Formats: sequence, C-alpha cells, structure tokens
Amino acid sequence: MSVNRVMGTETEYGIHAPTDPLANSTVLSSQIINAYAATVRSGMGNLAGTRWDYTDEEPLHDARGWSVARENADPSQLTDMPPVLDAEQIALSGGRTPSNDFYSEESAGSGVLMNMVLSNGARLYVDHAHPEYSSPEVTNPRAGVLWDKAGDVVVLQALKKIARTPGFAPVNIYKNNTDNKAVSYGAHENYLMPRSLPFGQIVTGLIPFFVSRQVICGSGRVGLGMTGRHRGFQISQRADFFEAEVGLETTIRRPIINTRDEPHAVADKYRRLHVIIGDANLSEVSTYLRLGTTALVLSMIEHGEAPHVQLSEPVQALQAISHDPTLQQKVALKDGAMVTGLDLQEIYLEAAVAHCRRHGTDQGQTADVLARWGALLSTLRRDPMEAATQLDWVAKLKLLQAYRDRDGLEWSDSRLGLIDLQYADVRPEKGLYYRLAQRGKMERLLTDDEIAEAVHEPPSDTRAYFRGKCIERFPKEVVGASWDSVIFDLPSRRRLQRIPTREPLRGTRELTGPLFDRAASAEEFISALLGPESAPDVAT
Amino acid sequence: MATQDRKNVEGRTQEEEYDEAPETPEPAPAAAAQAETEGTDDLLDEIDGVLEQNAEEFVRGFVQKGGQ
Repeated sequence: MSVNRVMGTETEYGIHAPTDPLANSTVLSSQIINAYAATVRSGMGNLAGTRWDYTDEEPLHDARGWSVARENADPSQLTDMPPVLDAEQIALSGGRTPSNDFYSEESAGSGVLMNMVLSNGARLYVDHAHPEYSSPEVTNPRAGVLWDKAGDVVVLQALKKIARTPGFAPVNIYKNNTDNKAVSYGAHENYLMPRSLPFGQIVTGLIPFFVSRQVICGSGRVGLGMTGRHRGFQISQRADFFEAEVGLETTIRRPIINTRDEPHAVADKYRRLHVIIGDANLSEVSTYLRLGTTALVLSMIEHGEAPHVQLSEPVQALQAISHDPTLQQKVALKDGAMVTGLDLQEIYLEAAVAHCRRHGTDQGQTADVLARWGALLSTLRRDPMEAATQLDWVAKLKLLQAYRDRDGLEWSDSRLGLIDLQYADVRPEKGLYYRLAQRGKMERLLTDDEIAEAVHEPPSDTRAYFRGKCIERFPKEVVGASWDSVIFDLPSRRRLQRIPTREPLRGTRELTGPLFDRAASAEEFISALLGPESAPDVAT
Repeated sequence: MATQDRKNVEGRTQEEEYDEAPETPEPAPAAAAQAETEGTDDLLDEIDGVLEQNAEEFVRGFVQKGGQ
C-alpha cells in the first residue's frame, strides 16, 4: 500500500494593493495573470496565454448521483464558463493601462487575459476575485509539495513584474485563507479514485480524518469566528467557515466533504475527489503530510479498512478542535466516547500502519510519511510547541507568543493580526514564514533550485508532461487546453485538432518524449500523433 | 534611615558575591536556554524591521472578496 496516486493542489491567493485599497480584486487578479504572461513572453518571445477548454467541465454534477439545475445554482458555482470582466472592471483596467504595460494584443475581447496554461502543466487564472494556481497532476506527495511551491514562485514573479511596471500600484499576495472579516478562500486538493467505490464509503471514512488532520496541517489563525472578532488563536484558517458535512457548494454553506463530480478523466472509470477542507500551507512538511496521510486514508477506504469511528457533531468538533491549541479539547463520538483531535489522528495512524503491514508497502515515501506522521503525533502529545520547526500553526503560534511575552500584547492587538497575515506574504524578504526558513527554523524538504525548475518543467509521469511540453514547444499553435485536452490550430488543417488526454497516467515523458524529440514543428508533431500512417495512442 | 540603607547595601553585596561565587561552567541546558532567548530576541528584532508600518491600518485594509 502506498501514498502514490494521481493528485494535485489548488491555491486561491489573497490579493491586496496597500497603496490602492479600493482597487477591484478581480482586476488585481487579472494583473497577476497578465504580468506572469509578460514574464514568460519576455523569455520566449511568443504567445503565452491559451484559452481554457470548458468542454468537460461539470461543476453541477453531484457525486451522490444527481445534478443541480443551472437556475438553482449559486452564480459562483458556474465555473464552466470563462470569467469575464464587467464594463466597470474593463474601464478600471483600461484606465490603468500605460502604453508599455503587460496587457497583450493577443488576449481576447477586453484585451485582458483571465487564464493561462503554464509550461509546467499548471493552470493560472482568475477565480472569482482571487488569482488561483492549480498545480499539474503529480503521482506522489513530495511532487505535490514541489509543484505547489512552484505556484508560490509563479505569483511572486508576477507581483515583481507589476512592481517594476510604471503606472501600477504594487500588489501583495498572501497564501492564506481568510481576511479575518468574514471572507474565506480555498486551498483545495484533488485525488484520483476508482469510480467503482461507493461515494458513501468515502464520506464515512473521511469525515473524522478531515476534522482532525488540522493538528498536522493547520496554518494557524489569530481570531475566532468567521469575522475573527473574538480574541484568541486557533489551529486552522478554515475551520470556522465550514457549515455542513456533505454538499456540492464550495463558496457558501461549505461542506467537509465536497460532492462535485467532475472527474476531468474517463468518467466511468475514475472519480476526482475534490477536497475543499484544508489550509494553504507554507511549511513543506505540513503540505507533504496533508497529501501523504490523506492518500493513505483513501487507500484504506478503497480496501474497506478505514477505522470505524464516527463523530457525533463533525462541524462543531472541527471548530472545537481548532479553537484549542493545547490539543486537550475532547469531542464526542456517536458511541458516546470522548476523544481529542490527536486521539482521532492516532486511530487513523494505527489503522494505516496495520493496513500497510497487511498489504506490504514501498520503503520510500510511504514509509517516510508513516514515520513522520507517528513522530509528529508523539511530539504534539508531549508538547505542541516542539513541532514549531515543522508545522505552520505551531511556528506561527510560537512567534506570536514571543511577541506577546516581549511586548505584553493582548490577542486583540493589531500587531498580532499583522504577524498572522504577513506569515503568508509570498515575498521572501517580507513573508515571516520565509524569514523563519531563512534562519533554519523551518524544516525544508525541497531545495530552491528544485522549485525554480518546477516553475517551468512539468512532472514527467502524468499527462501534465504532454500538456506542458505542448505549451512550451508549440505556443503559437496551441490555442486552448484543459486538464483533459490540448487544442491545436494548424494552417494545414481546416478544423481545430482537439487531442483528448483523459487518462491521467498517459501522456508521460516515457510515452510522448520521443514524439516531442522527433517533431521539428507542430505540423510534424500532430501528424505523428494523429496521422494515418502511425497513430500511437500515447496521449489519450 | 541610615541603618536600613546599610542593610540594603549589605544584602545586595551578599547576593552579588553569591552570584559570582560558583566558578564551574554553567550546565548545558541553561546555556541552551540562554542561546534560545538571544536567538528569539534577535529574530524579533529582525521581524520588527520587516513588519508593515501602521499595523492597525494595514490589517484593516486587507479586505477580500469571497472565494471557494
């Protein structure tokens, strides 16, 4: 049994222009996309943006077996249509556009790009009022951390470009999940699962795990309640924004288990578990274990070996656990027993160890995830503050506590709120996570060089390789892309050539690398891929 | 009062002598704790210089629209 499976992360970033506090956040987000397009274009001298192919988007399909009618859906659920700037937003962005800026002639309509597919296989786009980076598909937790971190560098490069561009107010980006004024935005995970598994088993097996995993992967937050008005510190950024156990919504009545059934893959074979309950992590260890432990729990669920533990009130338990950084808070199980978040995690850990012993496992990342998971739970049980070099919420709490001790600050002091916010600033010179890491006070799993490479290079072992290399090699001819397609426009062919990529584990370097190596042009590439004389089924 | 003043001085002197008396090196945990404290002071000094000006206004100004 293994932590390896197809997975990926999505980060919606907080965005703010301190010198232009009334700036429209959708316009600011579009600046990030266009600024990044400009940095890529300056390196490649070519079109960087591509249209998103919405053909296979099905945001209203519910995994429980039905669909929501469009007229009954919240407008924010209609993610299968391209976002557009309204007249006011266009006027705003147009009004701010100096002649030498980064808005391109190539972008459609308003002249503002709202979406890009990157050479590393990721998607960078405007989601509602935030810039979002969706990582390429990877096959293991460590790669998940790597391409998640690459996204932070992508938006960092974009905001640096904006800062250098005359006429634009500097833009700050925060990898957090709330403005502490009633608003939250997500950090999602996606896991590929077999369609044959009944969805109900996923729900039962996951809820107690999702309620308790914050003790490992919470990012910490100053303030309690959605508005953060109540004083204090809590473990999770997101906990107070969840109101339901199961549901299709992601922006309202947020559920612990999201039922969006949009596989972005062969639909009768796979489902994509869309996880919306999670904090955006800066700590590499937190992200690694968030992905690794979840993958192990999914493996147990698929084998019918998940622990039989059921919470009496999951949503209340989620918030109660988050509100107690001493980790002593107990929550009720349906059988009447009272357990802490650490108890729940230990129940899952023990089951995972037994599961791996029973079925055998690799000695690589799976063994590493199990060892780290166990060691951290022991550390947290002994003294949570000892985990400060590994976990975001503990690192943040330790820093806040040091300020409280030195300056005698109440939890309501705005300096503590600023530390909470600035922990997540993506700029290495301003972000407090990065200041701690610079001093060796945060354990690293990756090198900066690896991350820099992942900004441009796709993972080699999923269809993201095919997507990313098509973007890199044929930027003029690739006119659209999505998770499960790449669309070419070739002068020699009357119709657009849509290459479906519905198998996430095809389109790899092993299968398509030689085709890219041999093709001198997009025409040759498509001929080799689709031509009558040879039709290797490598991408689909 | 002169007597009290003298007593106070004497008391302080005794304390100082007692503090200086042990010639043995400090035990490792105390040294580690002191290093930790100095490290924390140094860290906070650095972060003081990095934090945005006018915390209250900055935090109040960070207003986001809803997301997923």
